[in-house]
Amino acid sequence: MATIHIDGEPHETRDGENLLQAVLEAGVDLPYFCWHPELGSVGACRQCAVKQFNGPDDKRGRIVMACMTPATEGAIISVSDPEAKEFRGEVVEWLMTNHPHDCPVCEEGGECHLQDMTVMTGHRARRYRFEKRTHRNQDLGPFVKHEMNRCISCYRCVRFYRDYAGGQDLAAFASHNNMYFGRAESGTLESPFAGNLIEVCPTGVFTDKQFSKTYSRKWDMRGAPSVCAHCSVGCNTIVNERAGTVRRTINRYNDEVNRYFLCDRGRYGHGYANADTRIRVVGQLIDGVHHQVPSQAAISHFATFAEDGPVIGIGSARASLETNYALRSLVGAAQFSTGLAEPAHGLTLLAADILRTTPAHTPSLHDVEQCDAVFMLGEDALSTAPRLGLSMRQATRHASFLNADRNRIPRWMDASVRMMGQDFISPLMIATPAATGLDDCAVLTQHAAPDDLARLGFAVAHLIDEAAPAVPGLTEAESTVAGRIAEALLAADKPLVVSGTQLGSAALMQAAASIAAALMVRGKPAALSLVLPDANSMGVALMGGLSLDAVCDMARDGKVGTLIVAEADLTRQLAPERVEALLGQVRHFVLIDHSESPLIERAELVLPAAPITHSGGTMVNMEGRAQRFLPVAFPEGPVEVSWRWLRDFAESIGQDDRMAWQTLDDVVAAIARELTVFARIGEAAPSEQYMLESGHIRSQTARVSGRTAIRSHISVRDQPVPPMPDSPLSPTMEGTYSTSMPGALVPYYHAPGWNSEQSLNRFQQEIGGPMRGGYPGVRLVDAAEAVWSSAHYSTDLPETFAPRDGSILLLPESRIFGSEELSALAPAIAERAEPAVVRMAGDGPSEVTLTLDGIRHRLPVLRDDSLPPGLAFYPAHMTLRAFAAPVWVSLETAEALA
Amino acid sequence: MIGIIRTLWLTFLHLFHKNDTVPYPETKPYLSPRYRGRIILSRDPNGEERCVACNLCAAACPVDCISLQKGEKDGRWYPEFFQINFSRCIFCGFCEEACPTYAIQLTPDFEMSEYVRQNLVYEKQDLLISGTGKYPDYSFYNVSGLAIPGKDKGEAEREAAPIDIHALLP
Amino acid sequence: MIVPMPIIIVVTFAAVMGVAAVSTMVERRLLGFFQDRPGPNRVGPFGMFQVVADAVKMLFKQDWVPPFADKPVFLLAPIVGFMAVLLEFGVIPITPHWSIAGDLNVGLLFVFAMMGLAVYSVVLAGWSSNNKFALLGGMRAAAQMISYEVFMGLSLLGVVMTAGSFSLHDIVLAQSRCWFVIPQFLGCIVFLIAGIAETHRLPFDLPEGENELGAGFHTEYSGMKFGMFFLAEYAGVAMISALITTLYLGGWGGPILPPFLWFAIKVVFLICFFILLRAALPRPRYDQLMSFGWKILLPVSLINIVLTGAILLWQAGA
Repeated sequence: MATIHIDGEPHETRDGENLLQAVLEAGVDLPYFCWHPELGSVGACRQCAVKQFNGPDDKRGRIVMACMTPATEGAIISVSDPEAKEFRGEVVEWLMTNHPHDCPVCEEGGECHLQDMTVMTGHRARRYRFEKRTHRNQDLGPFVKHEMNRCISCYRCVRFYRDYAGGQDLAAFASHNNMYFGRAESGTLESPFAGNLIEVCPTGVFTDKQFSKTYSRKWDMRGAPSVCAHCSVGCNTIVNERAGTVRRTINRYNDEVNRYFLCDRGRYGHGYANADTRIRVVGQLIDGVHHQVPSQAAISHFATFAEDGPVIGIGSARASLETNYALRSLVGAAQFSTGLAEPAHGLTLLAADILRTTPAHTPSLHDVEQCDAVFMLGEDALSTAPRLGLSMRQATRHASFLNADRNRIPRWMDASVRMMGQDFISPLMIATPAATGLDDCAVLTQHAAPDDLARLGFAVAHLIDEAAPAVPGLTEAESTVAGRIAEALLAADKPLVVSGTQLGSAALMQAAASIAAALMVRGKPAALSLVLPDANSMGVALMGGLSLDAVCDMARDGKVGTLIVAEADLTRQLAPERVEALLGQVRHFVLIDHSESPLIERAELVLPAAPITHSGGTMVNMEGRAQRFLPVAFPEGPVEVSWRWLRDFAESIGQDDRMAWQTLDDVVAAIARELTVFARIGEAAPSEQYMLESGHIRSQTARVSGRTAIRSHISVRDQPVPPMPDSPLSPTMEGTYSTSMPGALVPYYHAPGWNSEQSLNRFQQEIGGPMRGGYPGVRLVDAAEAVWSSAHYSTDLPETFAPRDGSILLLPESRIFGSEELSALAPAIAERAEPAVVRMAGDGPSEVTLTLDGIRHRLPVLRDDSLPPGLAFYPAHMTLRAFAAPVWVSLETAEALA
Repeated sequence: MIGIIRTLWLTFLHLFHKNDTVPYPETKPYLSPRYRGRIILSRDPNGEERCVACNLCAAACPVDCISLQKGEKDGRWYPEFFQINFSRCIFCGFCEEACPTYAIQLTPDFEMSEYVRQNLVYEKQDLLISGTGKYPDYSFYNVSGLAIPGKDKGEAEREAAPIDIHALLP
Repeated sequence: MIVPMPIIIVVTFAAVMGVAAVSTMVERRLLGFFQDRPGPNRVGPFGMFQVVADAVKMLFKQDWVPPFADKPVFLLAPIVGFMAVLLEFGVIPITPHWSIAGDLNVGLLFVFAMMGLAVYSVVLAGWSSNNKFALLGGMRAAAQMISYEVFMGLSLLGVVMTAGSFSLHDIVLAQSRCWFVIPQFLGCIVFLIAGIAETHRLPFDLPEGENELGAGFHTEYSGMKFGMFFLAEYAGVAMISALITTLYLGGWGGPILPPFLWFAIKVVFLICFFILLRAALPRPRYDQLMSFGWKILLPVSLINIVLTGAILLWQAGA
C-alpha cells in the first residue's frame, strides 16, 4: 500500500500500480486511450498527462504520462492542474484533427471511448481547417467492420491482436500521419478473438459487422447478464435486445473467468436465437402433418401419452440445470438420461469424477493465466474452448514477468516487459494428433494418435511420481519427450495440465489426471483443467443419468412408452439408424426445444422452448462453477422455458405436489434441497427478489428511446411492459443502477462520463480485480478432501496405436466455428465456418469416399502433414452429424471407385 | 393600491386594442418557416434520403414518440422504418435540433387532426418529402468520411486523397 | 303604476336568471376584449346564442352523482345556494314601485340572512363530495365567506346609520340628495371588496382555485347541478351589483331616464367592473386574503362606523 496525493487529496493505492490506475481507482476521471487494463501501458497516446510534483514545496511540477509513471509512496500529482489540462486538451485536439465527421453513421457512437474522452478533456470545436487524411478500408470478414478514417493510432488493436492473442494477420502499416492498422490485403481476420477488437478499439475503426445489420444504439437496448452457451468455459456475457430481437453479445467482466475478452464463437453465436430455425409454435403431429395447437391442448395430450407406459426423459448438456432437473423430477432419476451417447457420456461423467477426486486444483481462467508451465494433452483447447486457449497463451508470458520483476520493471510496462522477455517464455507443451493454433507459442509439440498421447501422458506421470504406473514399450523418442515435459512441469511453480473429451479417450483424461496428481505428490500446486463438450456438460454430469445407449436398450426391450427430449438433438449423438430404431421403438415422442433439429419431423408433440437469451437458468462450466443467466427478451407467444413445460406436464399427470414451481427461484431451491452437490447454486446469483437500494436493477438505460412509438404500428395504445419472468431485473428503465451492483446482475456498463465499456473501471474494486458487488458465480466442487494415494492412479494403459491397412482412424476435429451446435445455427458463424474437409498426411487423393454408419460420404481432402500416418481429421458434427468420436473407417479414393 | 388601479386602467384600455387572434379557419394565421408543426423527413440535394438512422432524434424526444431501425445500403445508412406517433408528439422540436443531417424538420403545418388515433402514427412514407426542406444545400455525406456510391474516400469536403499504405515515402 | 305582485315576482326572478345567464356570455366576451381576442363569436350573431348553446349543453350533460358522495346533501347544496341568491333579490327595490318586498323594514338584514345561507351551499357541496379538493374548497369558502360577511355588515352600518333604516326602499330615498358613495366612500370600497369575496369571484375565488384545488367545492359537480352553482355565482354578482347600486349609488334615482333604466345602467356598469377586476387582478394567496380582511378591512370599516357616528352625532348636536 502506498499513499499518493491527487489534487491535494490522499488516496491509498496498491503496490506496483501506475498513476493512471491509481487515479482511476481513486474515482477521478482521467482520459486515456492506449492503456488497457489487460494490455498494460505503452505511453503511445500522450493523453493521460498529469502534473507530478517533487514535494510539497515544488510549485512548478512537471508533466508526466500517468500510465508510464509508477505510483510511489508520497507521490504528489495534480489531474486538474491547468497546464496538464491544457496539455490533454491539445493532445485530444490533434488526435481529432483527422477524425471524420462520422458519429451519426458510426456503430461506436454513443458508446465511444473517444467521444467520452473528448468530452472529458473539454474539446468541443475543431480549429483545424486543413484537409483530413483518409484511408481505404478492408473487408475483414463477417465479424469485424473496418473504417480506418476514424483511427487515432493508439495501437491497442495490434497490441491485442498480435501481442495478446497471437494473431499474425493484423499489423500497423506506414508511418506518421499515415498510420494504417489492417491486414496486408483484404480478407477475413484469422484470429478467433478478432471480435474483441470491437471492444478494444477506443473508437469506431473496428465495429461489429453483424450487430451493424440490426444496429441499435447502446442506450436503446435492453441488457441482461448471460452466460455463453457455446462451450464449457462459461464466459460471462451481456446480451442486448431491442424490439424482441437479440442484437449482440458483449463481454461481461468476471474477474475469475473471462475477464476482458470473449472468443468470436461466443460473441457471434447468439444468432440462433433470432434465426428462422427457432421453434415458435406448439406443434402436434396429426395424420403425419404438424398442426399448430394451443399449449393447453398439447399438455393434456401429454397426459394421455403418460398413461401409455413409462416415460423416459432425455436431458441435454446445452440445457440449463433447471430444465434437466425438471425433466429428472418428472420422469424419475432412473428414467433420466444425460442426452449423451457413449463415449461422450462416460467421458463427461469421468470428468466430473476426476474433478471431485483429483488432489489437483481446478483452475479458473484467471488461474490458468497465472500458471508458468502448461501441458496440453490430447485436446486442442483453442478449438474446443477458445477462451481457455487464450488464457494458456498468457501463461507463456509468466517467465517474462519474472524477468521484468528481476529487472525491477513494473509488469504493466508492456513494451519493455515484452521486449526484455522475448527469450523468457514459460513452457507450453502440446501433445495432440495435429497442429493447433497454439503451436506458435509452444516450446514442444508432439503429434501422435490418441492412444500414444495417453501413453505419453502416463509416461510423464511415471517420471514425475515413481508410484504411477510405468508405461511399457515406449520408443526412445517418446521417452525423451516425456522426460522434457516432466522436467518442465517439475521446474514450474504452478504447473497446469489441460485435457478434455475431444478425442473421445478416457485414457487421455486419466493420463492428465495422473500427471496432475503426480505433481501434487511431488509438492507442486498443480492445476488440472478438463474441457467438456457443452456449456452445461459438467452440470449434467454432476446430476448424473443414463446414457443414450441405455435408453436405446430400454426402448428395444419395449420399456419406453413416451420419450421426452428436452433441448437435445439426438442425431448429433446417435448414428441415423440408431435414432431411427429408437424412435421406432417408443410409442410417443415429445420434443421440447428452441431450435429445429432433424428430430422435429418425428415428434408427436413439439413444444417451443426459450433459448437462454429468453430465459433464466443456471449452467455449470467445466471448472464446476455454477453461473446464472437471465432473460433479456420476452419469450414470444407460446414459447416457454423448458422447465415450465415439464412442470405443466407434471401437473397434467397429477404430480404437481412435487413440481409446483412458479419461479426460477423455486426450481433453484428445489435443486439445492434435493441434490447435495448443487446445494450452493443459489449463491450463483442473487434471487429474483433482489433489490439494489430498494429497487430492482433496471435492464434498460435511462435514455432508452421510442417507448411510445416502438409498437405503435401495431397499436397506438401504450401497453404496460409485463414483468420479465425469472429475472430480478426490472424490464424497463424504471429501477436502480449503481456501480456496486452484483457482477451476476450487470445489465450494461455505464458510469457518468463513461458511456463505453471502459466504464468497467468504475465497477471494479480495483482495476482487474473483483466486481464491487461480487457474485462471480459459485464453485460447486472444491478441491477434493479425499487423501490421494498411489492406488488412485489409473492403470488402464492403452496399447500402442497400430495403423490398420485399408482403413484409417478418423478423429473428430473440433472447429471453433461450425462444430458447436447452437452457434452453427447463427448466420454469422455459418458464414465464417470453413467447409468440412478430411485432413490427412501425405500426398493423398483430393477426394475420398468413406462409409460411416452404413452411409457413403464423398468428402474433399486437405493435406496436413502434422498428422501421423494412419490418422485423419474430420470436423465433428458438420456433414457427418453424429460423428464425434474416433472411428475406424475404410477410405476409398474416388479414383478407386471409378 | 395605485398599482391595482393602474392595472385596472391598463386592462380597461385593452377594450380598444385590435385583436391579436384571427378567426381561424376563415383567416389563416401567418406561420414562420421555423414554426414547429408536422414533422417531415427531407432529402439531400441529390434526392437521396437525408436520414442516416443515427437515432439521435429518438434519443432527444422527451415523449419517446420516435422509433426507427437502421439499415445500410452500399455504405449509406438509412432508416428501415421510421415511425412517429403523433398522438404523443409535443412538437418541441428537439428532434430537429438533435438531427446532425438536417433530415428531420418541423414544418408550419399543424392541421393533422384525425378521428382515429391510429392514423396519427406516421410511417416513413408519410414523413418523407421529395425536397430538401429548410436547408437546400446540405448533404451529410459530403462532410463525413464514409464512402458511398458517387463519393469515394477522400472526395468529401476538406479531405485528402486516400493514403497509399504501400508507398515507401515517409 | 301598480303591477300585480305575482307578475313582479315572476318577472323579477326571470330577469335575474336572464341577467345571470347573459352575464356568463358577456363576461367571456369582455374577457376576450380585455385580452385582445374576440371571445366566443361563433354561435349566432356576435356569439349571442352562446348562452343558449351553453344552457343546452348544461341540460343535456350527464347528471352524475359520484358513488362516494353523500347523496342527499350533494343534491341539496346547489339548490340552497341558488335559492339563497334568488331570495336576496326579493327585497331589492328596482324602482319605487317594482319590488317584491322592497319596503321590508329589515330588508338589509334579510339580505344578510340569505348570504349566510349561501355559505352552507358551498360548505355542504365541499363536504358531501367526499373529495379532498372539494373539502378544501369548502373549508376555504366557509372561512372566507364568514370572515368577509363581518366586514360587509360593518361597512354597511354607516349607510344604515345615515339613512336611519334597514329598509332598502328607505335607504334609496335617503340618497335623493347625495349618493352614499360620497359620504360613505370607505364603506363603499370595503363593501365592494367584501362583496367580491362573498361571491367568491375572481380575484377572490380561492374556494375554487383551479390550479391548486381542481375546481374546489364543485369539483365533483356536473350537468345542471354544476349549472346551478354557475348561475348562482353570476346571480350573486348581479346581486352585489344591485346592492351597491341600492346602497351607494342612489338605486333607481337619476335624472331624465326612467328609474328602471337608471337602476339597470348602474347594475350593468358594476357587473362590467367586476369583470374588469377579474381580467386585471391576480388571485392573492389564501393567507393574504384572510390577513387583508382581518387586518385592514376590519379596522377600516370600524373607523368608518366611528367617523360616521361622530359626524352624525356632531350634526345632531349642531
